[in-house]
Amino acid sequence: MSRLFHRRRLDGSPGWIFILPSLALLALIGLPILALVVRSIDRDFLTYVLSPTSVDALKLSLLTSVTSVLLILLTGTPLAYLLAHWKFPGRTLVDMLVDLPVVLPPAVAGIALLMAFGRLGMFGSWLNAFGITVSFTTTAVIMAQTFVSAPFFVRAAKIGFAAIDPQQQEAARLEGASEWQVFQYIMFPLSVRAVLTGVVLTWTRALGEFGATLLFAGNLEGKTQTMPLAIYIGFETNTHIALVLSVLLLAVSLVFLALLRRLETQG
Amino acid sequence: MRRIALLVLLISALLAACGTTVTPTPAPTAVPQTATSAPTAVPPTATPKPVTLTVFAAASLTGAFKEIGTNFQAANPGVTVTFNFAGSQVLRTQIEQGAAADVFASADEKNMSTLVSENLVASGASQDFATNVLIVILPPNNPANVQTLADLAKPGLKLVLEDASVPAGNYARQILANMSKDPTYGSDFSTKVLANVVSNETDVKVVVSKVDLGEADAGIVYVTDASAQADLKTISIPNNYNVIAHYPIAALTKAPNAALASAFVAYVQSADGQAVMKKWGFSPTNP
Repeated sequence: MSRLFHRRRLDGSPGWIFILPSLALLALIGLPILALVVRSIDRDFLTYVLSPTSVDALKLSLLTSVTSVLLILLTGTPLAYLLAHWKFPGRTLVDMLVDLPVVLPPAVAGIALLMAFGRLGMFGSWLNAFGITVSFTTTAVIMAQTFVSAPFFVRAAKIGFAAIDPQQQEAARLEGASEWQVFQYIMFPLSVRAVLTGVVLTWTRALGEFGATLLFAGNLEGKTQTMPLAIYIGFETNTHIALVLSVLLLAVSLVFLALLRRLETQG
Repeated sequence: MRRIALLVLLISALLAACGTTVTPTPAPTAVPQTATSAPTAVPPTATPKPVTLTVFAAASLTGAFKEIGTNFQAANPGVTVTFNFAGSQVLRTQIEQGAAADVFASADEKNMSTLVSENLVASGASQDFATNVLIVILPPNNPANVQTLADLAKPGLKLVLEDASVPAGNYARQILANMSKDPTYGSDFSTKVLANVVSNETDVKVVVSKVDLGEADAGIVYVTDASAQADLKTISIPNNYNVIAHYPIAALTKAPNAALASAFVAYVQSADGQAVMKKWGFSPTNP
């Protein structure tokens, strides 16, 4: 192995044994993306983008994903801070709990949300007694998105907070700074890039949320039918809308990826 | 270290996002797309080598067709029947996209005739094998206290239907339109009921689950789905409003196992097959 890498450095040619498998994988990823774009190019592209179904889905996706990201910022930042800088019993467990939605299939997330917050769910029945029903509402969409996408933010922010030299905190505390001041003037400014990275990752995931939403929030145009749901339904009824929305999501994802690159390379 | 961690995060975010956005068209099944050689005269049972027959069937046929599949396997050693149950419109789309199915059983004529017009089903090959009617289902505890069909128009009721592209969803809307023509219900009945729809689900079984879980106050599904879930309350829909759903079945022109596909269709139409349909609450076409 070391010899191979050594050679590579000397003459710059990694050899076909590396290039061929790489090309196969790149083709598997690249060709469907290419086909998606080519097939959606149509002189009616704009007509489909501006159709009521598509506009409703776009608006709803934007509203719900932005709300989810804001909620995650408000609650995930303190959690990431605690996990990075506070030793407490059960921290590993909390860490694992926060990571769980990343590996959990979205359908499981949807069923879990229904069992907890559905009308007859463990806590939902209690809410229902106060006249609050969550399932089939836009709130349910936001809850599903928050559930599945929060870990991406918490993990990124935690890495950012943990990377800060503890001596800087110590110095600030010795000067008499309160815990909030330490966070506000030291920790947050120093980890802003990690926080932004987390926002981009979380937002991407929230926009793509499908399985949990369909199970927990249902599918109603303008209320719970986000872009991924409109794509799923559109695939069976109006393939054009499905293609057009897919390309829009693809474009958004590319923009987010470019943002991530910038955030990382500036570090 | 930090960059690697971020990279891992990014990759998993993308994986998760992609995995859920792109709906899985069931992988063209293991059966290779052999050129449809002219149906051989040899009956399928004469060749004991293992073959898989792939049947795409409407979600409402789930229980009945699973039983028929088991019986068909018992009668044809070496044959494995695999099913893909989903909304008929999903199955039709998958067949159009090249899924290697042998048989298609639809819950409406529309999706079948679309395949006929695309030469994916030979014209004249499709035949009705059962009919079904629709019924209103309520959760066991009937939270919205629905007593009559007219109650479906009560403001604030949570009704789940199938999407209009799903046969059952289309039938349900036809029924509401029929009722609106009756002065007893009033011309705005359909509009009022449809305003209560909280979700348009992708197949009839999901509607049953969501009503059974108590998430919704009512749903409109096939009689057969309602009887498969014994604890549900039901309100039957009189014949003058109801729609009779005709279920057509056909072997596909590109069926990898053409002879076996025809044998399966024949079995569904046989006395044995029709008896199973009846047992599951359908009205058999050839009893």
